[in-house]
Amino acid sequence: MINDLRVVYARAYVRLKGLIREPHWSIAEVIIPLLSISAYIYMYEAMNAADHLLAFVAIGGAMLAFWSNVLWGMSSQFYWEKETGNLTQYMVAPISRMAILVGMAIGGMLNTTLRACSIIFIGMLLFPIQLSLIDPFALVIIFILSISALYGLGMLFASLFLLYGREASHIADLLQEPIFLLSGLYYPIFNNRFIPDIVKMAASIIPLTLAIDGLRILLVLNGRFEDVTMHIIGLSILVAILLPLARKALHKLEEISKKEGRLTLRWQ
Amino acid sequence: MNAIDVEKVSRVFKRNDNVIKALDNVTLSIEKGEIFGLLGANGAGKTTLIKILTTLLLPSEGNAYVYGYNVIKESNDVRRIINLVSGGETPGYGILTVRENLWFFSQIYGLSNSLARERIDELIKDMELEEYENVRMHKLSTGYKQRLNIARGFINDPKVLFLDEPTLGLDVLNAKHIRRYIKEWVKNNKDKSILLTTHYMSEADEICDKIAIIFKGKIIAYDTPKRLKESVSNVTSAVVEVNSTLMLDNIYGMPAKVEYNNGITRIRILLDEQSSIARVVSYLDSHGYNILSIKLYEPTLEDVYIKYVGLNMNDQ
Repeated sequence: MINDLRVVYARAYVRLKGLIREPHWSIAEVIIPLLSISAYIYMYEAMNAADHLLAFVAIGGAMLAFWSNVLWGMSSQFYWEKETGNLTQYMVAPISRMAILVGMAIGGMLNTTLRACSIIFIGMLLFPIQLSLIDPFALVIIFILSISALYGLGMLFASLFLLYGREASHIADLLQEPIFLLSGLYYPIFNNRFIPDIVKMAASIIPLTLAIDGLRILLVLNGRFEDVTMHIIGLSILVAILLPLARKALHKLEEISKKEGRLTLRWQ
Repeated sequence: MNAIDVEKVSRVFKRNDNVIKALDNVTLSIEKGEIFGLLGANGAGKTTLIKILTTLLLPSEGNAYVYGYNVIKESNDVRRIINLVSGGETPGYGILTVRENLWFFSQIYGLSNSLARERIDELIKDMELEEYENVRMHKLSTGYKQRLNIARGFINDPKVLFLDEPTLGLDVLNAKHIRRYIKEWVKNNKDKSILLTTHYMSEADEICDKIAIIFKGKIIAYDTPKRLKESVSNVTSAVVEVNSTLMLDNIYGMPAKVEYNNGITRIRILLDEQSSIARVVSYLDSHGYNILSIKLYEPTLEDVYIKYVGLNMNDQ
């Protein structure tokens, strides 16, 4: 157990050092979502849309930082680790491979929370975005469940992406736009008459959709715990499914790797 | 108990309709305190054997043990006492310094911070990395990256270290430094062992206590370098230079290797006896080749390899 904690800390440390040593990475990751936010805010303003939609966009932009981190910093990470030879070392070492993934996730969460807060803060400085909070407890619950579900998905994808080898970056690309659409990143998805119920239901299995909607209810629409009960239940179910599934996928990955002799070497 | 025991290990890879036998009934033992060299061309099965012994791959048949632990059933026990260094790979994170990378890997092996610090200080000194200890890995030259990689391999003070082409692509000085360190480590730690794969015959000759030659997944020769060379000692090697091009792989059944350089053809021949040089001269003369020089050599591991495999490693 203590050894696993050492691994978690060491792997998270790499991510945090990256944030300190290469701050321009973070600057880029803050500016790019801000550009997307700006485009949607200008569009909503040109349409004289309701003010709360501007805040919706800011929250979507902040959550975009998490999704990008889950896709590029978690899902594709084992593939990159394989390319450098790190994955072989993880497989040869007497450690829980889950500890590596948890370390990556914690480092990624801390980095990205900072970036997400920066996106909202700068967004509020640049645009007339109003946020308010009347139930901080519900916010903490929704936030913890959201990032747990998101990073659980990232941990699951890390193993699955590796199985697809060189196609990993294409899968990440493929997942980007459909998720932007289905999660309602820049528009409300659940109170939207143009979106069929079946699509809304399908979108609910994406942690990002429930996370964004729950945060919007709490931070923009003055919602309370009871207004996000369904979100909490949904996210809890996703966490309960995704984390064990990630562990199972990792185990399967190791099994396939040992049987077939591929996955851990960069040229295979 | 040996450091490594490999018993009738085979490994088959199936890709689409192709079946490739990467290892074929391999049996060998490596004693404690031994540096064991595995010589073979690309695809001979060296890395497959290392992958099985380091628990990265399951054998199709047979059993293998590291310090008595079965690599299939007791893989976690094996992992606690081994480490693996592959030449040409630079595990670690470019953003971290040399010292931080070593610390990172010390944590992977569960070392306490005080023990990690002590060992890192020692390894930095031994690998002459003091000047670079606070330099980020991505700024290091290839040679120093490999020194860091080697240092990483020793971080958990393994009982058995697997070195897969550790001096690949290194300059003479860096390769020499690494060879010296490996030799010293085993000399000073009698219960430690190294399994080394290499393309470089002279490297194997210099540092290995025992050598196995692997060809198409089979161990075809297995002994000390001295005894392997003695096995071809009735054979003398000759190098004959002629001033025109020719293509051959043997002369009267004696294996020959041909190299061209600046219009001169150099033929290295394994003579079955010293007097056979006269037959070689007569053969070349009768075919109209103008002989420029003839030199006789004592057998080397390269001759051993040519004798057992029939080809030079670089020609495969």
